[in-house]
Amino acid sequence: MATAAGEIGVIGGIAAKFRTCPVTALKIDLAAERLIKANAVAAVVFLAIGGVLGLLVALTRWPAVHLLDSDTFYMVLTAHGLNVLLFWIIFFEMAILYFASAVLLNCRLAAPQFAWIAFVLMVAGALLTDFTVLQGDSSVMFTSYVPLRASPNFYLGLILFAVGALIGCMVFFGTLVVAREERTYEGSVPLVTFGAIAAAVIAVFTIASGAIILIPTWLWSLGYIGHIDTLMYKLVWWGMGHSSQQINVSAHVAVWYAIAAILLGAKPLSEKVSRTAFLFYILFLQLASAHHLLVEPGLSSEWKVFNTSYALYLAVLGSLIHGMTVPGAIEAAQRRNGYVHGMFEWLRRAPWGNPAFSGMFLSLVMFGFIGGISGVVLGTEQLNIMMHNTLYVPGHFHGTVVAGTTLAFMALTYLVLPLIFRREVMWPGLAKWQPWLFGIGAGGISLFMLGAGTLGVARRHWDITFADAILSFDYPATAFLMLGLNGIFAILATVGGALYVAITVASVLFGRPVHERNALHALGPLPQRVVESGSSAQVGRHGSEGFGHLPGTYTLVAVFFVAFALYYFVNWKYLSELWPLS
Amino acid sequence: MAVRPPESRVWWNEPVATGELVWIGIAFLWGLFMFFMMIYWHLEGKQNLSAEVYRVKPDRYVKKVEAFVEQYRIGDEGDTGYPLVAPPPGSDVYLLARLWEFWPVLQLEKGQSYRLHLSSADWQHGFSLQPVNLNIQVHPGLEHIVTITPTESGVFSVVCNEFCGAGHHQMTGRIRVVEPGQGR
Ligand code: HEM
Ligand SMILES: [Cu+2]
Ligand SMILES: [Cu+2]
Repeated sequence: MATAAGEIGVIGGIAAKFRTCPVTALKIDLAAERLIKANAVAAVVFLAIGGVLGLLVALTRWPAVHLLDSDTFYMVLTAHGLNVLLFWIIFFEMAILYFASAVLLNCRLAAPQFAWIAFVLMVAGALLTDFTVLQGDSSVMFTSYVPLRASPNFYLGLILFAVGALIGCMVFFGTLVVAREERTYEGSVPLVTFGAIAAAVIAVFTIASGAIILIPTWLWSLGYIGHIDTLMYKLVWWGMGHSSQQINVSAHVAVWYAIAAILLGAKPLSEKVSRTAFLFYILFLQLASAHHLLVEPGLSSEWKVFNTSYALYLAVLGSLIHGMTVPGAIEAAQRRNGYVHGMFEWLRRAPWGNPAFSGMFLSLVMFGFIGGISGVVLGTEQLNIMMHNTLYVPGHFHGTVVAGTTLAFMALTYLVLPLIFRREVMWPGLAKWQPWLFGIGAGGISLFMLGAGTLGVARRHWDITFADAILSFDYPATAFLMLGLNGIFAILATVGGALYVAITVASVLFGRPVHERNALHALGPLPQRVVESGSSAQVGRHGSEGFGHLPGTYTLVAVFFVAFALYYFVNWKYLSELWPLS
Repeated sequence: MAVRPPESRVWWNEPVATGELVWIGIAFLWGLFMFFMMIYWHLEGKQNLSAEVYRVKPDRYVKKVEAFVEQYRIGDEGDTGYPLVAPPPGSDVYLLARLWEFWPVLQLEKGQSYRLHLSSADWQHGFSLQPVNLNIQVHPGLEHIVTITPTESGVFSVVCNEFCGAGHHQMTGRIRVVEPGQGR
């Protein structure tokens, strides 16, 4: 029964209401479903707020427009960072955690009432911080480096939000335990759940770092603590700030695998390899706070080199592996589905008209080419001298967290709507274009900020003409051009973002209900499936069985590697021309 | 499928395809290479940030910079009100970052090395030398000494690229580089 309010299932002696998903035949705990909806809705609301703020920032940094006055600009920039990087992403990740545990494991959610407490705390914290920032006296950027001081409620809001997120993670872990005890699945957890576990483990570490630094800072803002060391603050803060980006990476890689699995029936080429790559994230990414501190005084080079290479770049290795195994899994699945001609038929005839697929694949490509390559370059000890605190930095992370994570989450939404909200996606014709608009916009702002940063333009800066400075300075004209183009692509990204919000809200409110009959149709265009997924007799047990040769993927990976290596060496060349420094 | 448990319970000894193994090998070697590249640059490269840092009370540092300006001042930077300071090659040079300026204006000689001291009187600031594009973080309480060698003459600007409050975008400084032996 797809549409009935649910039946009472007795699992392990505890009653839970569930329905059976008509597409996947999984039992879906209605409590989990409500929580997924609530968190997803909150996420979209904060994305809408944060996206508008991002547009205002970009329009101000466009010298010809220069929209806001300076105080408002710094306030809006602070709010932009908080609303998108923290609130949008983490609410969505909570939804993913509940989905990857309760839904994928066929299980009831452990302690839904705690998950609701978590949700309420997160909403309250986010609102408190937002309102405090809007008062105007807490424009300290989301990093709030001491001795910049925000009013106490700024920190308190973030602490409440973090406590909420921590409780959410505990509910997730609790659900894993419940699923094991009640034997709701066979063997090992699915790869996507494994990725979510990686995300949640890192989240716990992240939130602990956040507590260690934000609680004293809050007390300091209240006057109970006299002094906070500026360098120590940064070191611990980035223990939270960077690790939280690893949550995002783990989560969106899991989303890539999930979308490929649901739409194309893709299987991991090798469970072992993909899981080990997730494990690398857990083991090696926490050290990464170092690469935010490469040009700080007071830290030794040995420490910087060791920690930025995360012990021989093993975490980067994790991403490089996923960068091959995700397209590889897609290619193997498509070849199995009958798209065997030439090198790229599998990709050409992939369901590009399905926004879940196009969003996922654009996210994969841009995360790798833009966010990934620039990130490794930026995180190289000496190269950082040419980039620290320039627009290169936001350029890099709009490649990772906007073109990568945000776009992946948008893509997933097109499956969450039919599968969880049980609504058809409204305006499928527009939805088809949404990932392209947002993706090209996000890719554009990333590239042009990278470009402006390469020319030395400072980040978080209101006026690159230095009209009010006593000692004047002019950036090269190309820098102005870069910021103009950034503004144009920001408009594109905003249109794409607004379309996403509109489609999501409209579908939730007015979308045609999904029944058993139209369930598959509601997922959007799908490729032909020669063999139904799941019948392991014919398709092989793991993704690469019988499809070990993947020429298209090898070509893509080779192109990526050449681009990476060339760009890496070009930057060393630039560095060698810099004033000698020792 | 990645959303279902692995089909065989014992998935960890399934064979890995050759293509996958090759890529893992390449990626691992590349990581090693990038790791050794940073070490190599410490040995052979000319652009490495020094780790010479001392704790200093911000007001003590201000005093040091004032004494330095007193000693080597050769005039004013136009009518900006900034002292123009020309320290001898090889000497210790001081720059003070404070809300919202880099003080004083320095005059250096091309091809000579200087021990540049950087610290802040108040908040964190960003020393961003333009258009060279050389960026160093500046903290209050930490005196960072970097040896710097200008390779071209001209007028260079210092832009603050760490957000430091309402006047952040007005915070600039200037370094003049002259041909060796000129201008003093
Ligand atoms: C419409 C989409 C967006 C546009 C046009 C946009 C544009 C910008 C611009 C121009 C900056 C300012 C760079 C600076 O002056 O330093 C910025 C900063 C930032 N953006 Fe976005 N952005 C968008 C979406 C996002 C999303 C979805 C995220 C996160 C998931 C994000 C995260 C950030 C962060 C963390 C900062 C840094 C704030 C700071 O320096 O404190 N942005 N964005
Ligand atoms: Cu400053
Ligand atoms: Cu500043």
